[in-house]
Amino acid sequence: MARVLLFGRLRDIAGWRERVFEPADRLSTLKALIRQDDAGLADALDGPGVQAAIDKALTRGDAALRPGAEVAFLPAMSGG
Amino acid sequence: MITLVTETFDPGATLNAFSAGRLVTGAVASFLGIARGKAGAPVALELEAYPGFTESQIAGIIETAIDRFGLQDVKVIHRVGPIPPGDPIVLVLTAAPHRREALEACDFLMDYLKSRAPFWKKEPGPEGPRWIEPTQRDLSDIERWA
Repeated sequence: MARVLLFGRLRDIAGWRERVFEPADRLSTLKALIRQDDAGLADALDGPGVQAAIDKALTRGDAALRPGAEVAFLPAMSGG
Repeated sequence: MITLVTETFDPGATLNAFSAGRLVTGAVASFLGIARGKAGAPVALELEAYPGFTESQIAGIIETAIDRFGLQDVKVIHRVGPIPPGDPIVLVLTAAPHRREALEACDFLMDYLKSRAPFWKKEPGPEGPRWIEPTQRDLSDIERWA
């Protein structure tokens, strides 16, 4: 189980801010689940400038997810 | 050192409290950013943060500034959520033994906050609100510190 958070334009594309997906033991399996649900959102997550943070730490490439992990997808940061 | 707030705040009171009792400081520099509005728009901009993550990323750059400029103390207050025109949006305070370090660190921190800090910004436009990315000016400002 992973808790997914979306920010900025990604939230507008999805129409939600927070959702639980399961089973998701890796970032890649989580993204596949998201693609089954909403291919447009999955394309946006793979788009330029989007970063993933697992439990509030930026990550690159695929990564294992602990049960209950918090996975945030972050579009390009705009500054304040 | 970094606080995100959803309501307006008092920059003067914050500056007074930050400056009080500093016997070996010599210089406190401050920068106050104010939400710049467009005529008739009730909200100048809306800022979204990722609570916990946004603070830890900004805390990291504050540590860099402390090391780079030999600061004694830093305080950053950043507003999030919908912000009306004229409200304070960001306050940066730096304390150092001498003015140059305090002023430069304030400038450095603001360039980071305007270009790289984990915020997502929405501004009203002629076709409704739209998400904004850093301007070319913001990006060239941050390059000054490379």
